[in-house]
Amino acid sequence: MKVQQISIFMENRAGRLAAVARLLGTTGINIRALSLADTSDFGILRLIVDKPEEAKKALKANSFTFNVTDVVAVQIPDEPGGLASVLEALQAQNVNVEYMYAFVEKCGGKAIVVFRFDDLDGAIGLLQGAGVRVLSRQEVLSL
Amino acid sequence: MKFLQPLQETMSREQLRDVQGERLRAVVARVYRDVPFYKRKLDEAGVHPSDIRTIDDIVKLPFTTKEDFRDNYPFGLYAKPLSEIVRSHASSGTTGKPTVVGYTKADINLWADCCARTLVCGGADRTSVVQVAYGYGLFTGGLGMHYGVERLGAMAIPMSGGNSKRQLMIMRDFGTTHICCTPSYALLLAEVAEEEGFDLRSLGLKAGYFGAEPWSTSMRKAIEERLGITAIDIYGLSEVIGPGVSSECLAHRGLHVFEDHFFPEIIDPVSGKPCPDGEKGELVFTHLTKEGLPLLRYRTRDITEIDHGPCDCGRTFARMQRVSGRTDDMLIIRGVNVFPSQIEHVLLEIEGAEPHYQIIVDRRGTLDDLEIQVEVSPTMFSDEVKKMEGLRKRIAHDIHSTLNVTAKITLVESKSIPRSEGKAKRVIDKRDMN
Repeated sequence: MKVQQISIFMENRAGRLAAVARLLGTTGINIRALSLADTSDFGILRLIVDKPEEAKKALKANSFTFNVTDVVAVQIPDEPGGLASVLEALQAQNVNVEYMYAFVEKCGGKAIVVFRFDDLDGAIGLLQGAGVRVLSRQEVLSL
Repeated sequence: MKFLQPLQETMSREQLRDVQGERLRAVVARVYRDVPFYKRKLDEAGVHPSDIRTIDDIVKLPFTTKEDFRDNYPFGLYAKPLSEIVRSHASSGTTGKPTVVGYTKADINLWADCCARTLVCGGADRTSVVQVAYGYGLFTGGLGMHYGVERLGAMAIPMSGGNSKRQLMIMRDFGTTHICCTPSYALLLAEVAEEEGFDLRSLGLKAGYFGAEPWSTSMRKAIEERLGITAIDIYGLSEVIGPGVSSECLAHRGLHVFEDHFFPEIIDPVSGKPCPDGEKGELVFTHLTKEGLPLLRYRTRDITEIDHGPCDCGRTFARMQRVSGRTDDMLIIRGVNVFPSQIEHVLLEIEGAEPHYQIIVDRRGTLDDLEIQVEVSPTMFSDEVKKMEGLRKRIAHDIHSTLNVTAKITLVESKSIPRSEGKAKRVIDKRDMN
């Protein structure tokens, strides 16, 4: 149920984002979802890619500082209040969202949102109990 | 008032040499007897106190270094029992522990004399109002100059550093005639005064005593113009005594070394051989009179040259030029000594931190800016912004509590700091010191 996310440390200077994008592009890796958290000095680029192992290899060879974090991809009804109902279910059980972002594409009329929780396993159980569809790794990679 | 102690300050060079020789004999005999470190050091060098007859014999003595302070931390170099020591000060060491110095009652008196001589060198007298804006505390600057002001019989205003608006208010209301601070702080005061809309030149300020950090000729000009004063360059280091080691006079031809107490030599830092007048080398001091912590041939790591020729002011003491550099990588930032090794030490305490860092010193506006760039290693990296911000704050906090200097910490990508063969280029100093 968990999906591997690759997070890359980036200095806040021109061309760094392009450098990562180009590297992944030339390695034939497709980005499925991404989010960029930024501060005044640095940024953290979070990616879900179709070939995580190859991406890691390429990043390592090019001296990027990165790590791999487990996240959860959740299917959410693409309609007003769809996200709110999922978040409310989590809040009711005091599960803390560290960060979240949406997928690039939809899946059968549903939106897909990526979450990082403090208690990942607890959150998965909770979401499934509340009838929210959590995507498997295979499903995410084949999107 | 021309001299504080005319007999000493204007004695003939011949007479001075006799005094120095006699004092050197006494101090060598004393440290050999009372300081196990020196007994061992002299024995190893094959020198016996009876080999020292005139001041010229000083070249037979071994050197003392900052590492000797570290190895004998805290009180191992003291030549008197702690019952005779009335005060200790400390400055930065190269790693972790500070360099500790001790004074007997007689040392405090001698120090007050030397700082009072300094004040007279710059034209102060009993009627002067002297604002001491050096830090009071373990740092020798504040208390050293304070005692000098009282010895002179002038009025001391013990402001310590910081709080510029308050400094300016007191300066105006108390009628300050002389100020003691770092040169960069003098420029900051000028800036704050301009913002506050009052002209420092309209006050009764006559001269300032500036030291504790390197400064340039252009800074000196700016200080003299913006404060409307004469700038006096003063020099000192805690290992020797603090401020009061040497001072410029109004002739501005170098800094007179108070060599009846602190005997100066210039040596080639590599060979250790003495350099003739006018040749640049490392400044070395031997204490001739100090009781608590007398040092033989202490290597300051400061680079300068010396001139024994006569000066228009009438003082016969040799003059050293403004310090032009260091033989080690010590930085002076806002008056505080900083060694790159201290920063490395702090970083290595942080889990997962790699010792890949670079120190960038700049002078934006008037005060020194310290930036430390630290490479983020995979083990330090987290994909959560709050953890990365926490890491940065922790480094900044640890640096501040160790160095007593605020640094801007910038996290940079791994391998982004240039690697060089052999010794890494750790420091980029963008300050203009010429």
